[in-house]
Amino acid sequence: MSDLTRMTAAQLGAAIAGGETSAVEVTRAHLDRIAAVDERVNAFLHVDAEGALAAAERVDADRAAGRAQGPLAGVPIAVKDVLTTRGVPTTAGSKILEGWQPPYDATIVTRMREAGLVILGKTNMDEFAMGSSTEYSAYGPTHNPWDLGRIPGGSGGGSAAAIAAYEAPLAIGTDTGGSIRQPGAVTGTVGAKPTYGGTSRYGLIAFSSSLDTPGPCARTVEDAALLHAVIAGHDPRDSTSIPAAVPDVVAAARRGATGDLSGVRLGVVKEFSGEGAEPGVSAAVREGIEALVKLGAEVVEVSCPHFEFALPAYYLIAPSECSSNLARFDGVRYGLRAGDDGNRSLEEVMSLTRDQGFGPEVKRRIMIGTYALSSGYYDAYYGQAQKVRTLISRDFAAAFEKVDVLVSPTTPFVAFEFGSRTSDPYQMYLADLYTIPSNLYGGPAISVPVGLSDGLPVGFQIMAPTLADDRMYRVAAALESAAGVLTPPSL
Amino acid sequence: MATYEPVIGLETHVELGTNTKMFCGCPTVFGAEPNTQVCPVCLGLPGSLPVANKAAIEATIRIGLALNCSIATWCRFARKNYFYPDMPKNFQISQYDEPLCVDGYLDVDVDGQTIRVGIERVHLEEDTGKTLHIGGATGRIHGATESLVDYNRAGIPLVEIVTKPVAGTGQLAPAVARAYVTELRDLLRTLDVSDVRMEQGSMRCDVNTSLNKPGEEWGTRTETKNVNSLRSVERAVRSEMLRQASVLDAGGSITQETRHFHEDTGDTTSGRSKETATDYRYFPEPDLVPLAPDPAWVETLKAALPETPRARRARLQQEWRVSDHDLQSIVNAGAVELIEATVAAGATPDAARKWWLGELARRANNDGVELSALAVTPADVAELQQLVDAGKLTDKLARQVLEGTLAGEGSPSAVMAARGVEVVSDTGALTAAVDEAIAANPDVAAKIREGKVAAAGVLVGAVMKATRGQADAKTVRDLIVSRLS
Repeated sequence: MSDLTRMTAAQLGAAIAGGETSAVEVTRAHLDRIAAVDERVNAFLHVDAEGALAAAERVDADRAAGRAQGPLAGVPIAVKDVLTTRGVPTTAGSKILEGWQPPYDATIVTRMREAGLVILGKTNMDEFAMGSSTEYSAYGPTHNPWDLGRIPGGSGGGSAAAIAAYEAPLAIGTDTGGSIRQPGAVTGTVGAKPTYGGTSRYGLIAFSSSLDTPGPCARTVEDAALLHAVIAGHDPRDSTSIPAAVPDVVAAARRGATGDLSGVRLGVVKEFSGEGAEPGVSAAVREGIEALVKLGAEVVEVSCPHFEFALPAYYLIAPSECSSNLARFDGVRYGLRAGDDGNRSLEEVMSLTRDQGFGPEVKRRIMIGTYALSSGYYDAYYGQAQKVRTLISRDFAAAFEKVDVLVSPTTPFVAFEFGSRTSDPYQMYLADLYTIPSNLYGGPAISVPVGLSDGLPVGFQIMAPTLADDRMYRVAAALESAAGVLTPPSL
Repeated sequence: MATYEPVIGLETHVELGTNTKMFCGCPTVFGAEPNTQVCPVCLGLPGSLPVANKAAIEATIRIGLALNCSIATWCRFARKNYFYPDMPKNFQISQYDEPLCVDGYLDVDVDGQTIRVGIERVHLEEDTGKTLHIGGATGRIHGATESLVDYNRAGIPLVEIVTKPVAGTGQLAPAVARAYVTELRDLLRTLDVSDVRMEQGSMRCDVNTSLNKPGEEWGTRTETKNVNSLRSVERAVRSEMLRQASVLDAGGSITQETRHFHEDTGDTTSGRSKETATDYRYFPEPDLVPLAPDPAWVETLKAALPETPRARRARLQQEWRVSDHDLQSIVNAGAVELIEATVAAGATPDAARKWWLGELARRANNDGVELSALAVTPADVAELQQLVDAGKLTDKLARQVLEGTLAGEGSPSAVMAARGVEVVSDTGALTAAVDEAIAANPDVAAKIREGKVAAAGVLVGAVMKATRGQADAKTVRDLIVSRLS
């Protein structure tokens, strides 16, 4: 058997099903890899070796007993630490939840367990998923396997780095403004944000309820699609979950991998193709488009005039919702409690807990959101941002009258060095310039590696209409067949 | 006092009697061990999400329809943000500018007048947990050394019913407030949406009161909280009217504030001032999809609404031929349904009313329970009356039999059989007892012979004693008189 950690999830699933290896062997190989490299990468906040091996043993026992198993049974996976896992610490990257062990599994965690996926542990992230570099994690940043002096993207930098460092073949991320796609882009991996409501949010610690979307991270498009198929689908515990059939994303990815895109119309977003992105990023994306054209796709330039307001609208809506979602962290029921010395009032203890428990970016967004929702400012800020959101959705709807998918760079710049964007929040926010519109609209979007710029990965973004997740997988797989899968330098 | 006109307004919170909570599947039983009826959702644990309870939405729409409201075809829940330890999420899922039901009314009868109380809105929200503050003098958080929270109540569906301002009722305002809450309570009970127990907190009232001089603009209002009985509603309005009048008479002005009502003194005291009120930062609840009740469904609910208590009272008053005053007594005693059922079981309205408002009301009063909690059914009462009408029981015996039924010995006929109770109608035995009584009381017998029939009471008593009360007193009296004439 070749190095188990270098195999794709599809290959591992097939090898386990065919008896060439076992789930336990595969799990051990990945735990060994984590032990060897994670001190340098810091992708994991918590490794659950015991739980993982027990799950792997169950898969092997089930196989031995001849019970039917899915294509990912026995395949290890890393889970972003913002999803609840029963009895396994869940912190959302924050001090305020240090040591908290949820009494329940998130719906998608339950689905992964049922599919026989083996959860290795919980991955690092910017605190409460607010950030684009993992530098806002309360537990130290994750390092990009391509260059350990650079950021792995964020907020889901831990999940993306774990895959790029071969610590896991698959990971779960959550995408509120680009937190799956931008880390995918800068680590040379695939990251997909499903249609909002296509994957359950039950058990996802909320940052911005109307935007948060869990989705797959993988090294190949097919792997991402296989994981997407496991976690997607209606969940009665999530009111915003869509009660509709999940499109066959796996078949779409396989169809795309044949390299035939004849009849597919690609829309190049005019507003995203000018300056803004680094020249190396623009060049790689242009080459990607040319490659797709060679596969038979037709290119149309489309205008989405309101996309330029997406970033400011997002930075009102997401903080507003987070200011309310994060109110529950007050030290009364769980997590950190600061200053409860018998002399302080309840309000003082709540306030001290929040002061000590939250980091600077979280506090900044809570304050922005609190302000934006205040009486007298609501209409001017939150209300106005919602109107922009509607206009952006109309831009998408109009564009999809003319084209099947929209394409753009995933993020304007390749992985940057630690500390280079923390002093100016706006420079950090720009990382999500191209990813945010899909969140505001709710449609699916995926980032696929398209090449390198100065030796660092560049991501290519494909955006599709809501519930047409299959469409983006087809185009993504076609691009992958042309551009190839990136291999990071060995650690 | 007479120089001021009051304007009142009422906000009533009603816990719905659904089996499960508003946004999760936890049970809603009252009085369970603290923190046993909870789950990740109603504890607001990180990652949990609410899903709206359809039964609660249906109940709210039925309340709206019964209050003559329009039902929104599309509306949303909203978050009301404020920090308080009994709120697991530090926001309450409520409704703000898009309530489920708007613009209705409820007619109430006060002092022979019908007053139409406008309904501003009816909306649905979740209840909070309950905090117990230990160590403070007031039982409030200020000064407490320890606070305990029970989240069993957190997430129970709560309907808020808000009236429009009620003006022009003058000195009747306190009575109008009480009549409104009473009528609302009876309506909700008829709809079977809540157990509406004010003493258990499943129905709670806040009362707004202001005074103005006739012809002038409405005055500054205060909101009195903690008004937990019908009587208190009336007292709170009256007390607040008197207090405000004396402040105004002394040249002062009213502060817009929350006041607390005290059951013991009947007074209100100042709470937090509304001037520093929290900004609740309402915004549409992003975790819940909008509510869009199908108009056809709403029509179905409307068609299936029960007769309102007021319409029913009017109908029964006619059927039973009782005065306004008597009807009010029946209503106050909570006996409308019981009497109606007793009549349906064969008793006359008069007889049914006599039992329920007489013997049974006394009994319920002694035991400190509601009439409906007594261990006697309307069918038992009807049967009892039939036995009296058939001459098988005297009134006195009937009361003994009723004791047995109340003690759980079975239906009246079963009690009669078991206790061997029945009217002694055998004239031979009775005649012997009468003759014995006459012989034992020659003086009395002489008086009766002289025409002083009133004296027969003594002999009747003696005969009743001899027959252990099982004779019909009238028959005995007739027999005595005929033997001595």
